[in-house]
Amino acid sequence: MEREAVFRTRGLTKVYSMGEVQVHALRGIDIELYAGELVVLLGASGSGKSTLVNILGGLDTATAGTVFYCGMDLTQADDRELTEYRRRHVGFVFQFYNLIPSLTARENVAIVTEIAQNPITPEQALDLVGLSDRKDSFPAQLSGGQQQRVAIARAIAKQPGVLLCDEPTGALDSKTGVIVLKALERVNRELRTTTVIITHNAVQAEMADRIIYLSDGQVSDVRGNDHKKEARELTW
Amino acid sequence: MRALDRKMLRDLWGMRGQALAIVFVILSGVATYVSMTSVMDSLQQTLRTYYAEYGFADGFATVRRAPELLLERIREIPGINAVETRVVSRVNLEIEGFGEPVSGTIVSVPEGEQPVLNRLFIREGRLVQPGRENEVVLNEPFAEAHGLRSGDRIAAIMNGRYRDLNIVGIGLSPEFLMQIDPASIFPDPMRYGVMWMGRSGLEAAYDMDGAFNDIAFTLAPGADIHEVIDRLDRILRPYGGQGAFGREDQQSHFFITEEFRQLERTATILPVIFLGVAAFLLNIVISRLISLQREQIAVLKAFGYSTLDVGVHYGKLVLLIVIMGAAAGTLLGCWLGRQLGDLYLRYYRFPYLDFALEPSVMVTASALTIGAALIGVAQAVGRAVKLPPAEAMRPAPPATFRATLVERLGLQRFFSQPTRMIMRDLERRPLKALLTILGISSSCAILIMGLFFYDSFDYVIHVQFGLAQREDMTVTFTDPTSTAAVFELKSLPGVIHAEPFRTVPVELRHGHLSFQTGIEGIPRDPHLRRLIDTDLKPVTIPPEGLLITERLARILDVRPGDKVIVEVQEGGRYTSSIPVAGITRQFVGVAAYMDMEAVNRLAGLGQAVSGAFLMIDRAFEQEITDSLTERPRVAGIAFQDRAIRAFRDTIAQTMLTYTFVLSLFAGVITFGVVYNSARIMLSERDRELASLRVLGFTKAEVRYILLGELAVMILLSIPLGLVLGALASAGFARSLQTDMYQLPFVLGKGTLVQASLIVLGASAASAMLVSLRLNRLDLIGVLKTRE
Ligand SMILES: Nc1ncnc2c1ncn2[C@@H]1O[C@H](COP(=O)(O)OP(=O)(O)OP(=O)(O)O)[C@@H](O)[C@H]1O
Ligand SMILES: [Mg+2]
Repeated sequence: MEREAVFRTRGLTKVYSMGEVQVHALRGIDIELYAGELVVLLGASGSGKSTLVNILGGLDTATAGTVFYCGMDLTQADDRELTEYRRRHVGFVFQFYNLIPSLTARENVAIVTEIAQNPITPEQALDLVGLSDRKDSFPAQLSGGQQQRVAIARAIAKQPGVLLCDEPTGALDSKTGVIVLKALERVNRELRTTTVIITHNAVQAEMADRIIYLSDGQVSDVRGNDHKKEARELTW
Repeated sequence: MRALDRKMLRDLWGMRGQALAIVFVILSGVATYVSMTSVMDSLQQTLRTYYAEYGFADGFATVRRAPELLLERIREIPGINAVETRVVSRVNLEIEGFGEPVSGTIVSVPEGEQPVLNRLFIREGRLVQPGRENEVVLNEPFAEAHGLRSGDRIAAIMNGRYRDLNIVGIGLSPEFLMQIDPASIFPDPMRYGVMWMGRSGLEAAYDMDGAFNDIAFTLAPGADIHEVIDRLDRILRPYGGQGAFGREDQQSHFFITEEFRQLERTATILPVIFLGVAAFLLNIVISRLISLQREQIAVLKAFGYSTLDVGVHYGKLVLLIVIMGAAAGTLLGCWLGRQLGDLYLRYYRFPYLDFALEPSVMVTASALTIGAALIGVAQAVGRAVKLPPAEAMRPAPPATFRATLVERLGLQRFFSQPTRMIMRDLERRPLKALLTILGISSSCAILIMGLFFYDSFDYVIHVQFGLAQREDMTVTFTDPTSTAAVFELKSLPGVIHAEPFRTVPVELRHGHLSFQTGIEGIPRDPHLRRLIDTDLKPVTIPPEGLLITERLARILDVRPGDKVIVEVQEGGRYTSSIPVAGITRQFVGVAAYMDMEAVNRLAGLGQAVSGAFLMIDRAFEQEITDSLTERPRVAGIAFQDRAIRAFRDTIAQTMLTYTFVLSLFAGVITFGVVYNSARIMLSERDRELASLRVLGFTKAEVRYILLGELAVMILLSIPLGLVLGALASAGFARSLQTDMYQLPFVLGKGTLVQASLIVLGASAASAMLVSLRLNRLDLIGVLKTRE
């Protein structure tokens, strides 16, 4: 069966220039991501994981190369098209939560569902991450892990086509981490959302369909996972 | 409610202190604009309707004595619409319990009915009745000054005879909106008043049976006033006509238009500057406030909100603040406009005030502030979305600091670490620092613009009355009199010095330009009344030729050496051509001067004088007054110190109130700006400051870092603001020049100190409020949440 590629990148390059110094964050990435699969992105710190995911999500622009999302060339898209793309198709979970401090947990989710086409309710989304009892708390009143779960609820609430998660469990203990991963797994399975999870934690790679290894801005390995585990089976 | 709107309301609540300060800035700008503009519009509209409703004449003429039969011929002049003949005379008055001389003008009115032209507004009592020859109606400001009511009595010396007059009414007339002694420049209702009396009574008193000595007329639509005046002059000349003149040259109207012109400039320029400054500050504050939300904007963008959505979101937030300010400012402006209107009403003596508030005024004020705010929003949002969201959301990279100039020079060992932080921060963001400095200094500049009036007026008083007009009192004669009269005055006990003067009414013409004025003849080597130019140098009068004020030279478009046609309007009419010998600059008045002997040659009545300036021994003041009032040839006596007081009073009533309001608003704007700058600085650096506290810095050290930077900026702003304010005020003073006044630009040290103190006071208050916040800095909260 020919699998349908949701993302296809060719020669994807990103160079940050800071004055005289040039940082090559990505040096020619060629990958495909397929519909409905759960991919884990592994790599050392500074290897370019966040940079890649940000470009896939239309948050950042590439220096060279192409990124196709379902036939649409993201590197050619203008700001309006990228906005529309993010609004319709992408759910983000950021490394640094990035909640709006003046809104409660529920409202932080609502701010996304209000502009989405087919969302679940903010309450349902918060239920999924086990935060039903803290719906009315402000970010400053939540622990780091709780803030991260609100961020996940915010990302999945619109039922996006792709879910891009940058170290979603980085700040959580293993028990809470599993709850979060279960939520991601459920969205992936039930809604067939293509999901990318960045992690440092090799154990989490066991729940992936495929694992992509990045090192120094290049893909060093892509591995299929024949023994895919469920999130609840994971411990670390 | 949408989550985004909820965020807006919470953000607004979170910054309520700053929002309030912004509201006050807008309120001040809008209220200044609305109140000043509405007062001006109201006054002008009132003048128009008052003139129309009460039939203010288009032209006037004075004769010595003309038979009433002449009226028919005057009526036939083409272009004349309505004509009214009158008997008008100067009188000396005596008011019980008021020891000083009072002079007045008495104007005839038909008995039992309103005059055709220049109708009276009767405030209390009634018009004069037929057959009661002792009844008069008093002009209201004069009556008020002396506490006279209808039913009271007043004594007058009419044609040398003592008359007891019954006051039957108190009224106002468009002809005497400004009640000013023809010999003076400022109204003084204690010593000069206007009254109206029945025609037959006045005719009898002045031997004018069946005759008149004054005419008022209106023009038919489309008539040419110059033609009408020419024809009228031809008819009146055999009867001692002194030259008909149009409304523009009528004293009250002339003064009021001059004052209105000046007022209009003030009311246009200042509020626009205020509003402009408020709008500018608003723009700065708003765009910095939004810049603080850079990361939140990135999150919104990441989740698919468009740039427009984000712009609209912040636009709403800002509109809410601005509309509150604009609405409150408009309301306050309306209220203040009415108050100022009432104040002017007491000064200008309209029977009523037609309060006018053009909707366009409100729209302009609101549109300008809203526009400035929205531009600020657009700029800030535009700047925020230029950064890719991924970058905007990452924890701000440690800022790239450089060693400052001081450090590169190796001087850092002289400064503590916190001081170095202040210097580096200022050097790292020079544009932001510059904008803050510019904002604070422009508010300091408008303070100066509100305050410098005091200095300028003091200076005029000093020059005019301290250096130029050094006499204690002025005596004017009813007609040109022989010089012997001056010697007579000199011989009065208590008179130390008497100096004659000679004034001849003339019309000056140059090409098609003309101007009615008097030529003042000045004796050689004057002691009391000297001519002083604006450089404070005494002016010497050339033996021949005219010396005219700069303003008059501009009106007539003449340069030294040019010849002007001088038409003497005293007795018969002579014309001669006289060269302009020189031009002098003076603060008050439009005048032409000549050597006294040359004037007398021009007028052709031999060695005559119009009056004298006296220097007296104060102990003899009453005695001199008494002996002068008895003399029939004395038309009026004026005391110099009272003129000064009257000048100050008129200024105090209007200008100073106005100025006070301006300074108040300027102070509020200053506070709003300084407070906002301080608060924004705090928000921009709260994370950094909290980290320092966590690292063990004391509250005082952290406060020093934040407030030290603010203090540096304020100290730079003040001198800049003083310079900006001085420049703007100088330009403003120049723009206020009218035919009557030249406002010199004078800025006293006191004003500079006052403006600086207001800025420092606003800064101290802001610093205190910000320190309170700084003390409550939530260390964990600030470090835990990312915005
Ligand atoms: N805005 C930027 N300016 C300059 N260099 C940058 C910028 N963002 C990232 N980099 C550099 O690009 C490289 C890749 O960064 P990236 O954030 O993608 O790494 P990462 O794999 O996500 O690391 P981590 O696991 O620590 O999150 C790093 O060397 C980083 O320093
Ligand atoms: Mg990363």
